[in-house]
This record gives sequence, structure tokens and C-alpha cells, in this order.
Amino acid sequence: MLKSKTFLKKTRAGGVMKIVREHYLRDDIGCGAPGCSACSGAQEGPALELQPVDQASCLCPRPHYLLPDTNVLLHQIDVLEDPAIRNVIVLQTVLQEVRNRSAPVYKRIRDVTNNQEKHFYTFTNEHHRETYVEQEQGENANDRNDRAIRVAAKWYNEHLKKISAENQLQVIFITNDRKNKEKALEEGIPAFTCEEYVKSLTANPELIDRLACLSEEGNEIESGKIIFSEHLPLSKLQQGIKSGTYLQGTFRASRENYLEATVWVHGDTEENKEIILQGLRNLNRAVHEDIVAVELLPKNQWVAPSSVVLHDEGQHEDDVEKEEERECILKTTVNEKMLKPTGRIVGIIKRNWRPYCGMLSKSDIKESRRHLFTPADKRIPRIRIETRQASTLEGRRIIVAIDGWPRNSRYPNGHFVKNLGDVGEKETETEVLLLEHDVPHQPFSQAVLSFLPKMPWSITEKDMKNREDLRHLCVCSVDPPGCTDIDDALHCRQLENGNLEVGVHIADVSHFIRPGNALDQESARRGTTVYLCEKRIDMVPELLSSNLCSLRSNVDRLAFSCIWEMNHNAEILKTKFTKSVINSKASLTYAEAQMRIDSAAMNDDITTSLRGLNKLAKILKKRRIENGALTLSSPEVRFHMDSETHDPIDLQTKELRETNSMVEEFMLLANISVARKIHEEFSEHALLRKHPVPPPSNYDILIKAGKSKNLEIKTDSAKSLADSLDRADAPTFPYLNTLLRILATRCMMQAVYFCSGMDNDFHHYGLASPIYTHFTSPIRRYADIIVHRLLAVAIGADCTYPELTDKHKLADLCKNLNFRHKMAQYAQRASVAFHTQLFFKSKGIVSEEAYILFVRKNAIVVLIPKYGLEGTVFFEEKDKPNPRLFYDDEVPSLKVEDIVFHMFDKVKVKIVLDSSNLQHQKIRMSLVEPQIPGISNPTDVSNMDTNEPERKKKKKFEK
Amino acid sequence: MAGLELLSDQGYRVDGRRAGELRKIQARMGVFAQADGSAYIEQGNTKALAVVYGPHEIRGSRSRALPDRALVNCQYSSATFSTGERKRRPHGDRKSSEMGLQLRQTFEAAILTQLHPRSQIDIYVQVLQADGGTYAACVNAATLAVLDAGIPMRDFVCACSAGFVDGTSLADLSHVEEAAGGPQLALALLPASGQIALLEMDARLHEDHLEQVLEAAARAARDVHTLLDRVVRQHVQEASLLLGD
Repeated sequence: MLKSKTFLKKTRAGGVMKIVREHYLRDDIGCGAPGCSACSGAQEGPALELQPVDQASCLCPRPHYLLPDTNVLLHQIDVLEDPAIRNVIVLQTVLQEVRNRSAPVYKRIRDVTNNQEKHFYTFTNEHHRETYVEQEQGENANDRNDRAIRVAAKWYNEHLKKISAENQLQVIFITNDRKNKEKALEEGIPAFTCEEYVKSLTANPELIDRLACLSEEGNEIESGKIIFSEHLPLSKLQQGIKSGTYLQGTFRASRENYLEATVWVHGDTEENKEIILQGLRNLNRAVHEDIVAVELLPKNQWVAPSSVVLHDEGQHEDDVEKEEERECILKTTVNEKMLKPTGRIVGIIKRNWRPYCGMLSKSDIKESRRHLFTPADKRIPRIRIETRQASTLEGRRIIVAIDGWPRNSRYPNGHFVKNLGDVGEKETETEVLLLEHDVPHQPFSQAVLSFLPKMPWSITEKDMKNREDLRHLCVCSVDPPGCTDIDDALHCRQLENGNLEVGVHIADVSHFIRPGNALDQESARRGTTVYLCEKRIDMVPELLSSNLCSLRSNVDRLAFSCIWEMNHNAEILKTKFTKSVINSKASLTYAEAQMRIDSAAMNDDITTSLRGLNKLAKILKKRRIENGALTLSSPEVRFHMDSETHDPIDLQTKELRETNSMVEEFMLLANISVARKIHEEFSEHALLRKHPVPPPSNYDILIKAGKSKNLEIKTDSAKSLADSLDRADAPTFPYLNTLLRILATRCMMQAVYFCSGMDNDFHHYGLASPIYTHFTSPIRRYADIIVHRLLAVAIGADCTYPELTDKHKLADLCKNLNFRHKMAQYAQRASVAFHTQLFFKSKGIVSEEAYILFVRKNAIVVLIPKYGLEGTVFFEEKDKPNPRLFYDDEVPSLKVEDIVFHMFDKVKVKIVLDSSNLQHQKIRMSLVEPQIPGISNPTDVSNMDTNEPERKKKKKFEK
Repeated sequence: MAGLELLSDQGYRVDGRRAGELRKIQARMGVFAQADGSAYIEQGNTKALAVVYGPHEIRGSRSRALPDRALVNCQYSSATFSTGERKRRPHGDRKSSEMGLQLRQTFEAAILTQLHPRSQIDIYVQVLQADGGTYAACVNAATLAVLDAGIPMRDFVCACSAGFVDGTSLADLSHVEEAAGGPQLALALLPASGQIALLEMDARLHEDHLEQVLEAAARAARDVHTLLDRVVRQHVQEASLLLGD
């Protein structure tokens, strides 16, 4: 082994410092080609193929390996990820540069390298004796790296000649830099640009579409007129932000109006927290979720958020003038106090582009290769892509990535990434909604599965350490029908002293998922199990979720038990936590359990236990409500699926039984008890859940709605809100109460996980509990696993590890969990919406009764109680004369022609599935009653979109 | 800008070593004629000089003398030019005296002090260039110097540091690796018996991993021993040649 040293100089802020680092050069680094005698056996892990075959390239017919440079890796990662591209050598120099420049690409390239099938090999050229180069006088770092890459490419070509003269293996250098390519060719290295190479692949013409179109930017600057003002460079932006002339914030495009967006300003400033942007030019090429710099406009140019719904439907780029017309629509006269701070974007601090799902809107010109792509998410602008396979891609869901947005272009440029499948196919649509909501849903990797216990599994002596044997107890579980991941079970028995012993037993998932291993990391990343209508995306592998951790009946299972001694008034006398072994005596459904409780004939152990639980639960519930816990409502729908085709046959709103609330009560009790315990033990790093008190302004709509029905809704505390909701009843209108509760739900804030050391407000508003956490569903929520670990440490049943007691790490984890939970909810709703469409597709046209939930400027939002379905009825339609609309904001009401719509008015609507636009199949709702001349004509009505998650949350927090 | 990657997926560290590999070690004994014993060691870019006087009578106050064994007096200092930034390090600052104490503990465990009651052994160590693992270099240099002085010891004292990154323990940390802030462990070992003369750790490390890191440090210390042993044998051979035996 040869060692040598180099000296590097480096400067740091404040002074010049000479840093001397050693740099060892080795001669034991393998080239990655199997069967290479010169470096035999030096490699482990993924390596190149000896005979790279299937790349039929007309440029280089000989078998070859690819060696891309840094820019190719950074910009053409989509091409490299394609299964057709294999046998690539990634140099360490390249990898380091990528790492410094783009973390997401670095992660992707690492994933590709780890994929055995792709045969990517990382060559540590910087430490190889023959490929290391030193920086020369007057040479900058970039040039040195380029030279290092060329030296490595050259070395490879000579090295491979040695091992197989007859095989004639070649290494082809891929670079998009013209000078670099010339130099390489001079040195005798076969080199191509990425475009040349990909185009030469005769067997895979579709790869061309995946090329990012970067070259265009240079050529096209002259053509076309400039639409947007220039973005300022980062240094200027930072100066501006420091001096306060610009504000930094996250750009959030509006779902309803493509010409409007808001920027959430970072930091704690009270004023100008939310800035409105209106008009294409002011939006200045920002895309949803980008971090941007905004300049405030003078006060006389401030506008109010418009309540117009506007969708981008232009096909061509040159209708910029039309846009201006449309922008005028937004500017309506409003009173002074409605005006909000308005600004324009001066620069982009960080792009947050990701690949987007959507569909191709094929260009009208038949031969055209440029097409517009319409993302499924309305907040993302349309993207122009270049493809030859437009005809095959038409009517399919595809993924497209943005490459750039030149100043002269109305739309950003992008390239095609992946074809997901036909629109309307259940698999495709599910894939789309999972991708759009960033739900990790790939099958678990081998690395993750390797941490599962070996089957057949049984409880060993070692498992019994620190564990109590509770197999003799009469434990049973109560769950919805068809539930395979049973994570809770209950028992209740009479003690000798007359008190009751109640136990909640939760699956001991943390026993199987050990901190820090791949399985744990993957579960932490997924954060939660996502339940779609016909599918479940597990957080932990199936072996655990449906078998080893699932508390099924008549098998021994490991559990984490929370056992209380209570008196008959449901007052807790003693609380005990212990790891245990249980043997559930029965897995019941809610209905079965209810039947057992109700039928007088049954008097076995399980039934008495259930009756005891039910009795206590009722007392607990009553006490909770007295304390001001809210009972909210949200229209929840369940589908009856056809067992063969998995198509929805019938829709049903969820039914609630006494047993539902029985299980819920004990879960709440367990969660609260555990929250107290872990907070007492770890005041700085307990993982808790809070539900903040909503700001009073959130209730405005609810109070107004109440007033319109002559009801007073008090919102000063949870208790008074709960009371006034209880009193809100109209004898002639039984559904009113439910509607009010639905509305109240939407006034709530989102409940969130947090680390107790980082916050001092622990209150859970909805449950009226001073402290709360999640403990009872570790199979489907990662937060519960952490809580299990904390509790296990608190009772001395398990050992701790550093990340568990690091509040910053915990806070980061909470952030991810909150994000995943939100996304899971959205995905769930999107799935329901899609199935609703399928349902109405089979059902045809239906007319149903509905109630008005909200009144908007040009539309009303209605709720159909029968299906729990919400939709918008529009009163404006292009190509039609608009009806006379008068919107009154004070008493939310809309006057259409002569009919006035108020909140909660009962109407009748017609529901039709509109397949005319393939991109978004929609459920259209049109007014049937009351009749308005020219409007309530069924063909005349506009559409609404259930494809998107609702603007407001249906269910603001889960219990 | 991403931080440094301490261990690449291919298993190479920042300077090109593998996880268990030491830096290049070079050492010489008998570098000064006036002293009773002296040695110079280079471990990568860390360079240290050790000088030993004694055993001799107690200097200064006689009350410090120990009735049953020799007093080991260690002094550590580091040169102004030893690090990237030139900084004056006054004699007897906290870091130096701490290091002196650690060295003293180490060598009290290794030297057969009971053979020289009421006398004193002085060990002076100076670091000329610091690039991580200064304690280890000091111990190794001092061992050679003590051997050079002919003071009887139980065994060599061989020291090495070890760190822990992403589930792998790294032997013989360089300055870059130390500065990254992970746990770091310094171990002084008597290789023949496997006894530990001194063990020190900064930062937090979960007890489950301790054994692994300890094992890596011990293995590295044994490697150091092989190298030092070679240096000693070579020195003895040269010396005996000069004596003309």
C-alpha cells in the first residue's frame, strides 16, 4: 500500500489559515469489472457486468461502460435512472461535486448505485494511485476536476484493454461541456454529449423524452418577447432581505385562481405575514412551494383576495394579452379594510421543484413535438415538454419534471419522466394520488426486511425478561370488520376489594423495531399507515402489521399494557404500565361486541368484561364532555366493494355504535395516562400531541351561520362552544345540528405532534385535556413507537439510545410525522373522491337533496348528506351570458337573478359524472331546485372538482 | 453545502484510509544526546518529541518524595506553530496540565516505579505538529523515550484513538475527523496483557456501541505495538553495532 501526502491551502473568514491534510493514494482499489485479474477480489457490493450487452448504440457498437461527468449526473438523472441505462461508472470526484451541489440528486444517485440490477460502480479515483491528479498552478478547482475525470476515463480505457483484448471493452465519457469533450477526444477518450448518446440508443427511443432540455436556454434568448422581469441574483436578494426592502417567504399558489398566490413570510413579524400576489408578471415564474423574495407594492396598489374561481385554459403562449384582460376581472372594487399587503416577486431563493403527475394536453398541430402538460395539482403551472410519443402518451397519467423557466416563455420547460398508465384505471389513479401526496409506497427493500424476526416465531425466555405474563386474563379486541392490524385489546375484571381492574393492551411493536436499523428508519420515514378505499399502504412490513404485532385471538402476543384500578365511578385509583404477554380470547367487530352487550342470554367472561367496560366508558365520556370536550362531526363515507372487481357498489355513511365510543374512551384514557407518565419522566423530550385553540376569527363563519338561523354560538371556550352546539337545534330542521358541527370542525386547527422541551403549550383543545399523546396504535403510527420507547425506558423495561433523548432530533421527527399525517389524510380524501366518481359513473345521473355549506362570489358549496359528498355549483359559465349575481359578504348570501341563497338552505342538485375532460374527470353538480330560469338547466351548469383534497379539512383532528 | 462525508459508501475515509487503518507511523529513538532517553514520532501529520530524565533524586521540595516508589513527573507542551492558527499557549494552561496528568497516570501504571523509591522520573513531551490524536502520539513517543532511558516497564504502553461514524468505528482519527464532533475515545493499552492504562472518551456514545469502538481502538493499539517493537529492535541493533559487539 502506497502512501503519499499532499498539502492543501484553505482560507476561512477572518484570516488565512494553512490547513495540511493527508491524502493517501492506494493501489488496492478495484476497477469494478468482474474478472479483472489486476484488481481481483478487491470489490464487494454492486459491480459492473462483464459483458454489457443490450445497449445497442449506433455510435459505439462495442460493449462499453458509461462514465458521466458532474453536470450530466445533476441534470440528466432521470435518464440515468431508466432501467435501460446500466453499467455506469460514477467517479468519486463526480459524486463529491454532486453532493455539494444537490442533496436530492445525491440521494437518488446513491439509491441507483445500491440497486444491484443497475450495475453502477463508484470508483474512488481520488485515492487511486494512478488516477489522482494534483491541482496545477493557475488551474481552478473545476478545471482540475474535469481533468481528474478525463484522467480516470483514460486510465479505465487502458486498464480494460489489459484484461480483455478480445472483448474490446470501452469506457465512454459522457459530458455536455463542449470544451471538455474536445479535450477528451484529443486525449483519445471516446466522448459524446448526453444527447448524442441517448439518441444513438436505437433500442430505446423513448429515452429521448427524458432528456432535460437545457441547451435551449442558450439558443432561444433572442426569439419571442420577454414576458417576465429578470430575477435578481441571490447576493442582491440577501442584501435586500437584510435591509428589509425584500421579504423572504414560501410561495403558495392558489388552487382556485391561477393568477393569484400568497407568500407566507418567514420569521415572527406580526404585520405583513401573508402577502398577496396577483397577475402573471407579479408572480414572475415562481412555482408552488418555492422559497422566494418579495417586494411590497405601494399601498395604493394593494388588492383584496378575489373570490373568483379561475382556471388556466389557454392552449397557446401568445395569449398574454388575454391574461391581462383576465387580470382585470380580479380587480373589483372593495372596501378599504379588505385590502391586504400586495407584492411582486423579485427573485427565487430556492426552487422546490419535484416531478409532477398529470396529463398531456396534446398540441393541435399534428406533427408538433412540443406539447403542454397539465399537472393534476392545480397549483402547479402547465409545463411545456418535448416528446415524439405524444399519441401514446395521450390519455395517460405521466410524470414530468421542470427544467427551467426562461423569461420569454409563458410556461416552464420540462421533460417527460415516467408513464404511469391509463387514466381512470384504478391502479394508475391510486399511484397518482400516492405520488401527488408524497406517500412512500414502494415495497419494503431487502435491507428493511432483513430486520424482521425469522419465522416460525415464538416467544423465548429472553423475550420474557421484564415482561409480565397476562395470558390468563380474559382479553378481547374490538375493531371494525375486516381489520387485520389489531393494535389494541381490552379487559376488565372485578378485584377482590370490589374495585375494577381495567387493562388496555397495545401491540408491542417497539420490541420488533429496534432503534436505528433500516426497518426503524423506513418506518420513521413513512410515519403512518395510509388507508385508501381499497388498499392499505403499511408503515411496517406485513409480517409485523398483520401477524406478529396484530393482537389476534387465541395466540400469544407481546403487548404493552396499561392497567388501572378503578372504582365503580370510573375514578382511577392506581395506574400501572408493564410490558406483557397476552392471549386474546376473541377478536370482535363493533357490531358483534354490541350484540354481546345487548343480548341478555350471554353471560360468559368476555361479555361481562365488555359490559363492565361499557359502563365505565359511559361515565368517562360524560365526564369528558362536562369538561368541555367537543363532539364534532364530519361526513364520513364507506364504500361497499364488489369482492371481485373491487368496484364500489354502494355508498354508506359511517355508522357509530356504543362500542365505538367504548373503545375510543379507553384509548383516550390510556393516551392521557401515558402522556402524563412520559412527561413526568422526560420533561424535556417527551413526544406529545397538542391541539391549539383556534384564533377567534376562525369562528366568524360559524357565528354568522348561527345568526342566520337565530342561534347564538358562543366560542369563547371549548366548553361554551360544546354547550351552544348542543343547544343548537331547530325542530323543523333536524340536520341543522350536524351541519353546524361540520362547520365547527372546519374552524379548528390541525392537531400536531411536538416535543415537550420545545414548547410550553400542551393543551389539547378538542379533547379538553391538559396533556395528550399517541400510544395506542403503534402498528400504524410511528409517533406511538417513540412513545412506547419512552415509556419502556421510564419503567426500566428497555434501554435508551442517544436520539431518543435529543430534543432537536425529536422535533425534526415530529415535523416529518406531522407532514406525513397531513399528506395521508389528503391522500385518503382523494381516494374517497376517486371512488365516489367510480360510483357515480356506474350509477348515472342522480338527483339528491343537499344543503348549502358556504356561499361564494360566483358559486355555492353544497353538501349531500346521503353520500357525505361535497360539491360546488357554479353560476357562471363561459360562452354563456352570466346571470345577475349579487354577493353579500356580511350575511353570507348570494343573489342569483331573483333567488337568494343563504347558508344551510336546502336545495336539490343533480349529480353527473363529467368525463368530457379526461384530465380531470369531475363530478358535476347542477341546481334542480329552486329553479332559476337559464341556470337550473342541467346542461348548463359548471363543474366542480372532487379530484383535489378539499380546501378545508373535513376532519381537523383525529382522536 | 453539505458537510464532509467522513466515511464513503465504498468504505474510504476523507484521507483515503479504510476504517481500521492507521496513519503512517515513523519513529526514531535516541534523538538527543544530553537526555537519558528521547524519541521522536510521526503519526501522519501529528509529530511529537519526548525526552526522559531519570530516575534521579527528587528536585525541589523533598517532601514530594514517595517512600515506596518513584515519582513520575510529566509535562506536556505544544509548539505555537503546531496548529493551523498560530496561537500562544502559555505554560501550564488547563489543557496542558490535563494532558500532563493523563500522561502521568498512564506511565505510573506502566513503569515499575517500586524499583526506584524516593526518586523521580521526568517525562517531557512536546507536540511539534498537531493533526489529531495528540494524546496517542505523546504516549507512543514517551514509551520509546522511557525505553531509550532504560527504565524498567511492565510492557510497552501503546495508545491510539478511535471514533464512531454511522455504525462503524474508525481507528486513529485525524484532525478533520475529530473536528466533526462525533464521539472519540483515547485508549492506552499494555498490549501483552491487554490491560488498559488509560481510557478517555468525549461526547456521548451509547453503551451498546462502546464495546465495538473499544475493540477497534485496542486493535489499532496492538498494530502500533508491532510498529514500535520493530523500531526498538532496530534501534538496539544499530546501537549494538556501534558498540562494536
